[in-house]
Amino acid sequence: MPTRSGIPVSARTPPLPVTVIRPSRGWVPVDLGELWDHRELLYFLVWRDVKVRYKQTFLGAVWAILQPVATMVVFSLFFGRLAGVPSDGVPYPVFSLAGLVPWTFFATGLVQSANSLVGSQNLLTKVYFPRLAIPIAAVLAGVVDFAIAFLVLLGLMLSYGIAPPAARVLWLAPLLLLAFATALGVGLWLSALNVRYRDVRYILPFLVQLWLFATPIAYPSSLLSEPWRTLYGLNPMAGVVEGFRWALLGTDTAPGPILAASAAASLALLVSGALYFRRMEKTFADLV
Amino acid sequence: MSSAIQAEGLGKLYHVGSLVPRQDTLRDALARGARRLARWSRDGSRDGEGTFWALREVAFEVGRGEVVGLIGNNGAGKSTLLKILARITEPTTGWARVEGRIGSLLEVGTGFHSELTGRENLYLAGAILGMKRAEIARKFDEIVAFAEVERFVDTPVKRYSSGMYLRLAFAVAAHLEPEILLVDEVLAVGDARFQKKCLGKMRDISEREGRTVLFVSHNMNAVQRLCGRCLLLDGGELVLQGPTPEVVARHLGSGAAAEAERWIALTGPRRSGTGEARFRALRYGSGSEAAAGQPYSGGPLELLLDIEAAEARTVSGLGVTLYDRNGTKLVNADILSLGRVVALRPGHNRIRLRIEALHLNPGTYVLGLWLADSGGTVLDYSDSALELEVVDLEREGFGARPVSDGAVECRFTVAEEEP
Repeated sequence: MPTRSGIPVSARTPPLPVTVIRPSRGWVPVDLGELWDHRELLYFLVWRDVKVRYKQTFLGAVWAILQPVATMVVFSLFFGRLAGVPSDGVPYPVFSLAGLVPWTFFATGLVQSANSLVGSQNLLTKVYFPRLAIPIAAVLAGVVDFAIAFLVLLGLMLSYGIAPPAARVLWLAPLLLLAFATALGVGLWLSALNVRYRDVRYILPFLVQLWLFATPIAYPSSLLSEPWRTLYGLNPMAGVVEGFRWALLGTDTAPGPILAASAAASLALLVSGALYFRRMEKTFADLV
Repeated sequence: MSSAIQAEGLGKLYHVGSLVPRQDTLRDALARGARRLARWSRDGSRDGEGTFWALREVAFEVGRGEVVGLIGNNGAGKSTLLKILARITEPTTGWARVEGRIGSLLEVGTGFHSELTGRENLYLAGAILGMKRAEIARKFDEIVAFAEVERFVDTPVKRYSSGMYLRLAFAVAAHLEPEILLVDEVLAVGDARFQKKCLGKMRDISEREGRTVLFVSHNMNAVQRLCGRCLLLDGGELVLQGPTPEVVARHLGSGAAAEAERWIALTGPRRSGTGEARFRALRYGSGSEAAAGQPYSGGPLELLLDIEAAEARTVSGLGVTLYDRNGTKLVNADILSLGRVVALRPGHNRIRLRIEALHLNPGTYVLGLWLADSGGTVLDYSDSALELEVVDLEREGFGARPVSDGAVECRFTVAEEEP
């Protein structure tokens, strides 16, 4: 059992917390304890983003459905019908929507978090709290949209008479976590860069579009032979999308190796993103 | 007495851009990197140009339960110091040790979102300022009552009047319970009656609840009423600390006066316009020795503007605007209304603009500047170039007047008549 360095525990007068303010040098570790202390703030930031997102829009939350569904229709027409792209034995519309739903969560989270710091200028320059809360909240807020779109996906599956294999459905949670970690990892890099270089704003749409086609959404990764298919998993979203199809549609393309590669790549993105973010954090208030 | 804040050798170095505020893009960074590399390889020295110390070697101590005022001219480093203590920005040198939770109140309405209702904003802003949800729920009614917005709690704040908005925003902040509260000028909000209420609340916080407050203000009246001790900053350095009357006297004697009739560089970040011509510096004064050059109620305000132009051009819009602290435009002197145009030469130009009589009551005002060419293109615009203290020449001392006074000066007499 770890000892607490011999300090007597006094319950009557808790000592005041002491903060020492001094210039930091180089790499700063991520302070998870402090982030945990601010979990209520995180909750309110997510809540604000969710509440505000579709305020004063005509269609409201329908937007959460429209985006993936419209893309699905376009993909089904052009890739499914015209080009005759294979879909692992699943009807093409279900096949592509099962990829588009987690993809939309990822892409929205990525864009929102990349813009989150610049959009929170008034907070950054006026009040202190762990800055990591801002991009994290931006990605988390997408969960609500994801849930709505997911219901539509279930509805479509039902209409095609596809039932998710019960034993695999639980895997959806870690898969969603993987998408979250990837969006956050890239979001941390881009949000910190965006404070300094507003070029990020112009890179974003481009990046998202390229990434969409580099991910097996319109086509199956089974088109590739090993070892290339496993290497494809270095795009973490490839693992997420193939995982979703495996867990939800019961495709028999077991995503073991591809998922392992995706998890590793995602972790690398997340850790490096967090470190870079923390390193740049001290300059945010002065530059934003 | 144990100390709540202890600071030693605090300094903050800023890098200032050139004439046009730096729009950081990747391309600039690459170009700058290449330039630096070239220079470095030429003379082997690091790039030291374009930096300035906003704060330098500041050392002080604040005891627990003390209310300390932080005073000084524009650009003296008050806000920088507060931001360092609030951990918004990092010091470049030195350290500070703070005992207790820190709450900062640098702006009214931090964290508010206009689409959300008063109730929702209260929770959101409370969380951002560091309150726990349970704490906000417990104080909810008290805060709403303090802000006097009971009937509008479930209305989006974008439908609030500016007064209601400010009252609610201050009320949230006033109910924070950190051991140390850092406050920047927020008392200057709302109508006079509410200001008085805020002052009362601030006094409560320190006296009855024994909390430490560090208070930045231009309002000497408020400082004198609230603070036992003051720190005077000038040019980023701590020049004097001691009992309030002594420090305020020194500040008013030399400090406030020193600001008038002296060139002030305009480096503020909130600028827009193309930048083809920019206000670089200005000097203002009233020419009155009695007011130590400071503008006074009913007196003239003379401004000397230094404008740097990239090339020769004619401007038909050149204006000086005065706002109150709520951002209400009070005075606008624009050459457009004179039908005049001004020809600018490449390089520095001096323009003299004289407001014959300033019908403003004593107080702090915000000065904005505006420059547009004859085609209507905005060259330079800042709605808050600097703060201007209008003093009172007729009464004793500076700024002693009824708290419920208006912004515009009014000369009046009173007489008793037979019924």
